Amino acid sequence: MCSQAVCLMAAELERRGISTAAIVLLRHIAEKVRPPRALFVPFRHGYPLDAPGDPARQRAVLLALLRTLEDPDLRPPALVDF
Amino acid sequence: MSCIVGSLSELSLKDRVFLRGYRWRRIDPVPWSPLRKPLSECRVALVSSAGLVAPRQARFDARMRGGDPSFREIPDGIAMGSLIDSHRSRSFDHEGIRRDPNLALPIDRLHELAASGRIGEPNRRHISFMGSLTATGTFVRQTAPAAAELLVEDGADVALLVPV
Repeated sequence: MCSQAVCLMAAELERRGISTAAIVLLRHIAEKVRPPRALFVPFRHGYPLDAPGDPARQRAVLLALLRTLEDPDLRPPALVDF
Repeated sequence: MSCIVGSLSELSLKDRVFLRGYRWRRIDPVPWSPLRKPLSECRVALVSSAGLVAPRQARFDARMRGGDPSFREIPDGIAMGSLIDSHRSRSFDHEGIRRDPNLALPIDRLHELAASGRIGEPNRRHISFMGSLTATGTFVRQTAPAAAELLVEDGADVALLVPV
């Protein structure tokens, strides 16, 4: 349910002119709900940035998330694999 | 049973049965706001569904039917160790987030990205809510617009959203 709520929040932010990128933990939810820009990560629920106490790994996920904002070829709804 | 990350098999049988029959809320049309300037000049906010609250903030209500649709503002300068996990869900392992709240609300990572020049600056506040929402009507009609309004007021250019 977390992924759905995050997607819905992302849509509202985009309507207000804020660019968004959302992590999703379940691909099929992203496909059904259709957030504007999402990064599917293959991590367990509760571990959206993969590794607690591992700043480098967490940064790597965030950098991938940021790259979705810069990709000129993406069109909504955009779903990218980590 | 083997567990495949990113699939329903990770969840309990009860949760899987519920989710298979659940009517997901489809976003249509899908809004799209491309970046208007380089990320290195953007103010970036975080939005987390991990149910984190700051000290002295009310915890999310675990008993509310359909889920607590409220949200909390988390100041950017908060001590990460002071954040409290009040997410009601038993569908995920809370240990990682309790050990390191950056896992779901990566404020420290945002500051590192700003220091390196990858982003402009962190927003002055971030948004926290409890994503365990089966009834999303109030969330869509009230919570999301109210939270978005705050970030618009702040001049945030980008929001990064993190579920659990």
